[in-house]
Formats: sequence, C-alpha cells, structure tokens
Amino acid sequence: MIAADRPVQRSAYSKLLHVDATGRVRTLPRSCLISLLSPGDVVIANDAATLPASLRGVHVETGAEIEVRLAARASLAAADVLSFHAVVFGAGDHRTRTEDRALPPPLEPGQRLQLGGLTAVIERLLAHPRLIALRFENSAAEIWAGLARHGRPIQYAHMQQALQLWDVWTPIAAQPVAYESPSAGFALDWQLLAAFASKGVVFATLTHAAGISSTGDPDLDRLLPFDEPYRVPPVTQQAIQGASREGRRVVAIGTTVVRALEHSAARFGAVVAGDGIADQRIGAQTRLRVVDAILSGTHEPGTSHYDLLRAFADDSTLRRADQALDEGGFRTHEFGDSVLIFAANARTGRGARSPYTSRFLRAPDVVQEPGRLSPAGRLVGCTC
Amino acid sequence: MQTDMQTPRVLITGGTSGLGLALVRELRARGASVAFVARTAERVAAVAREHGAHGIVGDVAQKYDIHRIALQASGALGGLDVLVNNASDLGPTPLALLGDTECEDFERALVTNVLGPFRLTKALLGSLAASAREGRGSVVLNISSDAAVNAYGRWGAYGSSKAAVAHMTRIWNEEMASQGVKLLALDPGDMDTPMHALAIPDADRTTLKQPSAAAVEIADAIADLLPARSMTLRRAS
Repeated sequence: MIAADRPVQRSAYSKLLHVDATGRVRTLPRSCLISLLSPGDVVIANDAATLPASLRGVHVETGAEIEVRLAARASLAAADVLSFHAVVFGAGDHRTRTEDRALPPPLEPGQRLQLGGLTAVIERLLAHPRLIALRFENSAAEIWAGLARHGRPIQYAHMQQALQLWDVWTPIAAQPVAYESPSAGFALDWQLLAAFASKGVVFATLTHAAGISSTGDPDLDRLLPFDEPYRVPPVTQQAIQGASREGRRVVAIGTTVVRALEHSAARFGAVVAGDGIADQRIGAQTRLRVVDAILSGTHEPGTSHYDLLRAFADDSTLRRADQALDEGGFRTHEFGDSVLIFAANARTGRGARSPYTSRFLRAPDVVQEPGRLSPAGRLVGCTC
Repeated sequence: MQTDMQTPRVLITGGTSGLGLALVRELRARGASVAFVARTAERVAAVAREHGAHGIVGDVAQKYDIHRIALQASGALGGLDVLVNNASDLGPTPLALLGDTECEDFERALVTNVLGPFRLTKALLGSLAASAREGRGSVVLNISSDAAVNAYGRWGAYGSSKAAVAHMTRIWNEEMASQGVKLLALDPGDMDTPMHALAIPDADRTTLKQPSAAAVEIADAIADLLPARSMTLRRAS
C-alpha cells in the first residue's frame, strides 16, 4: 500500500473497501459510506481529542536530550493529570523512524526530567527500558498550560511535515484524552452527521483514551495496546440498548470504539454508561457482543489493530481484503483510506432478536438520492 | 476542576477587562465552572486567583493559539458547554474614517472579531456538540454591537467585523440546529469599558451602562438557552 504522507483528513478521492457480512469485498469511493448504512443503524464514534503528547526535554541526571511520549493515565478525569505512563526516546526527532531511534540514557526511579516548563520525576520503571511511570511536580492547571505550550502531537516519520494539533483532531474532537488520534473518525464531517440525521441513522459517541499505536520497538509493541480508560454517556447506552432490543446494527468508527463497547458488554453483560478501563485484547477468538461493523483505517498483519479485525472476518476474507487494498492502490496510515467490515454472519450469534422489529436487520442497502450526496460524493460520482 | 451534570462549563475570551471580566465574575457567582482567555499572563493569573476560574494565556487573533486554548479549556474543565466570544479589536484608534483606515488595522479587527471566533468555535465544536448530545445543552454566544447594524461614521472596521460575525452566527446556528448546538449574537449596549474609553475618550461615562449589568443580561440569555436543569446559571428570583 501507499503511505498517506499529507495530513488531509477527508480527500475527495478517499477510498473505502467494503467487506460485507458474506465476505464479499469491493472498492468504493469513501463518499459511499452513507449508502452502506440503513435507517436505524447506530453509528458510534470516539470523540476524544488528541493530546500534544510528545514532550522534548532533558534527562537532568545526565543532561541527555530525550523525548517523552505520554502514553497512558489512570482515568479521564480533568484533574487526574499528574501521573502518566510514558515511553522515553533518546536524542533525535520524528524524521528518524522510531525503529531507528536511540535509547534514552539508563533511567532510574527518582530521576528528574525537565520538559519545557514542566518537571517530572520517574516513579518507577515498567516492563521495558523505555517505559516509565512518571509524576509531574506541577499543578493540574500548570500541566494543561505546559502541554499546550510545549507539547507537540506524536509525529510520524512517513509524514512530509510536522503535524499540528488541528491535523490530529477529528471534526468531532472533544475532551483531549487520546495520545494518538482516533483516526477512523477523520472520515466524519458535519455534512455526514447531517446526512445521518436525515437518513435516520443514529449517531452517538463515547470517549476513549486512544493510546500509542506503535513505538517501532518490537518488545515494547508486544505490550500494546496499553490499558485505556473510556467513558460511555447515558445517551449512548440508551442508543445501543435500543439497537440490541430491536435488532438494529451497531457500527463502530475505529478500533477504540470496539474495544470500549466490547469491554463494557463483557463486564456487565451489556454496554453500561459510565467509566471503565479497557484492558482486553480483541482477536480471532473474541466473540463480539455488541458491534456489527467497524470502519477503520487499513492495518498491517501482525499489529494489534489487524488482530482486532479478525474478530469481524476470517483470515481468508481478510487476505482477500488485503489483496484488494494492494491492487486498488489504497493509502495506509492515519490519513489514508478506510475499510468497512461487517461481521461475518456466523460470528454474530448473539441470541434471538425480536422478529417484529427485524426489518432494520441486514436491510437492503438504501441508495442515496443523487441530490442529497455530500459535495465530495457528487465530485467523484458515487457508484455505490 | 471537575464538574457534574448541572454545572455549566464556560469559556470566555477577553476575560480580564470590561464585559469579559464582568462575565467571569457573574458566571462564577452563579456557580458555573469558568475558564477564560486573555493575552497578559499577570492579569490572567490575578483574575484566575480572585475568581476561582481557570486562566488561559493566549490571543484569539493568533492562529497557533487557537487549539492551545481549546485544549486547555476542554482539558481543564473536562468538556465545554458554553463559549462566549467576547474579545474584540476596535480597528484604528483613535477611530478613523474608512478612507483613513490603515489596511493593517482593518485586517486586525477582522482577524480578532471574525476569524478568531470562527476558529475557536470550530476547534471547540466537537466539545460543544458532545455536550448537546449528552443533554447538557450547548451555547455559543458571540458579542456583537449596534455598529453591526447602523452605519456609524468612523466605526467602519469594527462595524464591518461585527456585522460579519453576527451573520456568521445566524448561518452557523441554522447549520448546527440538528446537532443541538445553539449560536447567538448579542449586542450588550454602550458600556463603560476600557474599549469604549479608547473609542470615545470624552464620552459622558454616567450615561454608559455598567458592564456588570450587561453581564447579568448575557448570563440570563445563556441560561435561557440551556436545559431547565442547569439551574445554577439562573438568578435566584
């Protein structure tokens, strides 16, 4: 696949690989997304904004240059920003691939890190030489101001230019709790949300602290994804309850939404409003309890994100999908094209649905009237 | 600063003087969680300390400050329900006929009074829409002026910018109706503020409205646009 190397969230030429519940694979313009949804479908997105989680600074003990990437904290609470887990890199910047970045100097508990105007103490080392628990010696207000002034979004070597905060915030970005962008949400815009409303597609959100996707260090990447706090609003619980009661589909925008909803459902038997910490891995063996479909970026086999897709489709279907992505010239990474995978019928064995409301279930695709297409849809000519 | 369902979370720009400061004071007195923005660090710290508000140093006319402001407001308040775009620039001072107005002064008025509120509202639209979805209510209040409507000589830069922001507010309100975000532009009237003194140095100050009185009216207008259970913003009657 081709690396998407410019921070354009919604190109008029974005593609969508549609994998339906029977395993049929086809390539469409991403503007066709609306036509693949039916009235009554519940679309759930992650509304987390992305923190400027990369802080350059100095390891005070040795004077060595370091980069600290904040990677996790215990909750989503606004004042609970004193303690983080973080990944530490040595000298160098994002133009060096993370795989090739130098290790930081040997890190010990009690050592100080000067990060712009913020000071942090290493509280303990975690399961890897780069991975630490740190505590800021500043107030919550100073930490928010310090992150705003000194922090930068986590950068990627495949991008041509350094990313700004506006590049990594989705249009619906709200509370800043993600460490890397919940980038499946780049496909959303206000025009599409208006189209959902006029088509009778229900839109709801949760907030999930999307963690770092890859560090380039295989030992560290095996620990991913870290535990991620999330919050489900009551209105989202109600929307999912309604869908489950009436046999309507739940479509997750991004892997973080799948992780949060399936965590809540596994813990409580159904998605429940409130705060939780997603600590599970989702893979081929996972029985999906809530989510019927996922909209996601394209992912490489072997990553935790790819593993999550295996809960939706079997390996032969995913192999055919990979082949179609290669042949179709799809673009990969955060600003790339999208895949929409409907869970294979065999996997959605989650009990009887009431027959009198099953009209929404697997309803034939409603073709959008041309006059109601988004401008992008008109531009590329939607042949969905 | 963590807040419950009933406590509105408010961001006010230009919060260290005039109407903005009066709004910080009024909304804090009504129990709201308040963050505010202004350019001078010392004044921001002083107002934050005095009123128990979250102070943010920034300039809405600077493109690179916008997301930093949005990050701190939504981060420190845990979300945002109400945005008051109050910070304004007069254009040339002393006020000047349009033919005598430097392009740079006109441009600065447009950037501060139109583009700044556009950018900040856009950066916070996700937070505002999230509040609307969750039933907390969601309001953007843009401070306008009678100079947006009437053709007052020597108010060309300011009046044009306020007319633009008022029209932007009306269009955006239509567009966001389906998402539950309400946008409103309000003219607070001629107030006894540092900005008014800059515009009309020899004005009879006894004829001018006190900013605290305008702040009460604006807080009432915000309370009217929020769900009834946001009782904290309502005045005890």
